[in-house]
Order: sequence, then C-alpha cells, then structure tokens
Amino acid sequence: MTQVSMTVNGKTVSGDVEGRTLLSSFLRDHLSLTGTHVGCDTAQCGACVVHVNGEAVKSCNMLALEADGAEVGTIEGQANPDGSLNVIQQAFQDHHGLQCGFCTPGMVMSAAALLKENPRPTEAEIRKYLEGNLCRCTGYHNIVKAIMAASGQDVSHIAAE
Amino acid sequence: MYNFEFKSPSTIADAVAALAGEDAQALGGGQTLIPTMKQRLAAPATLVRLGGIPELKGVCVEDDGSIAIGAATTHATVAREVADKYPALADLAGHIGDPAVRNRGTIGGSLANNDPAACYPAAVLGSGAMVVTNSRQIAADDFFQGMFTTALDEGEIITSVRFPVPQAASYQKFLQPASRFALVGVFLARFADGVRVAVTGASEEGVFRWAEAEQALNKEFRPDALMDLRVNPMNMIGDLHGSKEYRAHLVGVMTRRAVQACI
Repeated sequence: MTQVSMTVNGKTVSGDVEGRTLLSSFLRDHLSLTGTHVGCDTAQCGACVVHVNGEAVKSCNMLALEADGAEVGTIEGQANPDGSLNVIQQAFQDHHGLQCGFCTPGMVMSAAALLKENPRPTEAEIRKYLEGNLCRCTGYHNIVKAIMAASGQDVSHIAAE
Repeated sequence: MYNFEFKSPSTIADAVAALAGEDAQALGGGQTLIPTMKQRLAAPATLVRLGGIPELKGVCVEDDGSIAIGAATTHATVAREVADKYPALADLAGHIGDPAVRNRGTIGGSLANNDPAACYPAAVLGSGAMVVTNSRQIAADDFFQGMFTTALDEGEIITSVRFPVPQAASYQKFLQPASRFALVGVFLARFADGVRVAVTGASEEGVFRWAEAEQALNKEFRPDALMDLRVNPMNMIGDLHGSKEYRAHLVGVMTRRAVQACI
C-alpha cells in the first residue's frame, strides 16, 4: 500500500491505496463520494468524468496514485456554497436534462469543463464535446438544451422533446 | 486488474533505471494501457509513470523550423499549441477519442503502442518525423514495424517527436463511430521535395506509406491523379466494421479528399 494525498473539492484528503486502485475507486470506496458513477469501466461512457487540475478526465481510466498532489473536482463539489444547485445543475433540472440520471454526474462535469473553455458554445459544439459521454436513455436533446441554457443562451426556440 | 508496484520518477534517467527491472512497463496517459490491464491482457510487475517527468512535456519550435513535441504531451495540448504551426497535426490531435481522453492520452504512448488504427502513427509517418528516445533518434520510416510493433528496444523511452512542417498537409479520418479510432485514416503531407501519404486503420501490417499514390501525386498533385490506383485488398483488415475491399476502397477515397484539402 502507498499513501496518496490530493485535494478533493477543496479539502485535503489522503489514504492508503494499491498501485491498481483507480481514481474512481478511491473517490467512491475510500472517500464515499459515490456521486461519481462507474458505468462501463472501459473509459467509453463518461459517467465517471471528474476534473483533475481543472481538466475533465475519466476517473475509471486513471490510477489514484497518478492524482497524487492534484486538485480533483467531483459532482459533490458542484453545488453552490449554500448547498443550492449551481447554474448547470439547475439548468438540467429546469430542462429535464436527465431521465434515469446515471450519466448525469459525468454530463454535468463535462458541461462544466466545456463552459470553462467555451462560455457560449453552439449546439454543434456541445454535441461534439459530449462525444465521450453516453446516455443510455438517449436523452441527449434536453441535455444539450440544458447546457445551452446554463451558458445564458435563449433556448425557447428549441422544442421540448 | 492485477496489482503492480507503481513508480513515478521525475527524470528520464530514473525512469530508464526503473524500466530496467523485470516485467516493468512504461505508463503514458494510460488511455489504452489501463483498459488493457483491466482485461488482464497486460500484467506488468512494475508500472513506471512517465507523466511526472517535466522534461517530457511541452511543444517547442526548433532552429530549423521543425516542431518538437515532448512524448508525455497530451493530445489536448498538441491540438491547442500547434494549431497555428502545423494545423493538420493539431486537427488530428483534436479528434482523437473524446475530450476527456485527449486530456490524458499522450503522443508518446500512442506511438509506442502503435495500434493499427491509431491516428498519430499516420501523422508521424506522413510527416517523415523523427522519433527521439533516451538513447537515439529513429526515422519514422524505420520506427513502425507492424501491428503493435515498433523499433523501440526493451526499456527504451520515447522522449520527443520532431516534425518537419510541410507546405500543406491534411488528415482525413473515416471514423469508426463506436471506438473513435480510424476505420481508415490518411495523412498526406506535401513538402518541397515530394509528397508523403501514410495510411492508418486499413492494413494488417499497421500504418504504411502508399508509394504508388506518392509517385502519382509527385507528377501531378490532383485528386484525379489517383483515380486508377488501388491498394491491394488482400493486405487490408477485414472485420465486422468493414471488409477488406471496403477498406481498400476507402484508402483511395480518403487520399483523394486529403489531396483536395491541400489544393
């Protein structure tokens, strides 16, 4: 076992892990931050997307020890300080951007990474950025709509699905 | 995934020393290796992370105008930092996998793995780039030696890749939509002294140069110059995503599109 330390959602955390412990396992099993979902475990579905040093990564495809010393952000750190939903989360609720909800943590984390680098993306840019986030309910239309709304753009012309 | 000892050296020398151990394996961005280890198709005793070595990261322009990219530089960084220097290369890097994969995957990892459908081997072979390792320089024409096989020796680490910048270039990728690898990808680069055409995704032998197309384009740089040329379907990959004949056909189509994009 090796000790790993990192900052998760602003808090310093540490734990003893094996070499093979995935970042997703460390977050879920060691820190009980189960908001990060593991869907496919093959780095295709994107349910496990978190931010490492500000960049979206698939936490099931990264070792916990690779994140030693890093700043990690998960879905649990997305809400506003007073506990209310942040603008992306609220937009997902307002526009029904989820059905079963399993892919939602990864969708929100990818959306946050997108809006940081591109604050007013077009619909095509959103769809392209979400190529690595799969929704098995196929609820993509409202997810895209929610992200457009979260970026402050008028979505009233986009029909409800 | 079987367990292993994890090492994270901070210098190339320490990484080379760590890789000298028995069953040691270098870890780039892990976007191929970690899934492979999960399936127990690889089970190294020691995993040596290269991502913690600062001298392996970054992009710089050399005195001769070539672009040197550190082996541990991510696809996302390449897409961003060479956009104005070598647009076709940036375009290729910016369409590997998806954004989260591009934030982890590295050019060195892709080349050392030499997946027959990976994008970077086409850029390196098509550009006639130089693969620099901890002990030598290997020309692209000598580096790729068949599917998942390279000229790298045991324990040898790619440190950087030097790309000469062509007058014009284009990468045309026919996407395998589930994996986002190339069903067929063609990287075409036009230099003052000739055209290079490298094809990935198509051949059982991995990335290859299409010599007949290069000769035809050196005489006449037009898509129509390729109309009578065919690659031999016998050597192509045939699977549920596309037959040998289909891939052979796509090689012609994608090469003509690349020529058109360069005119």
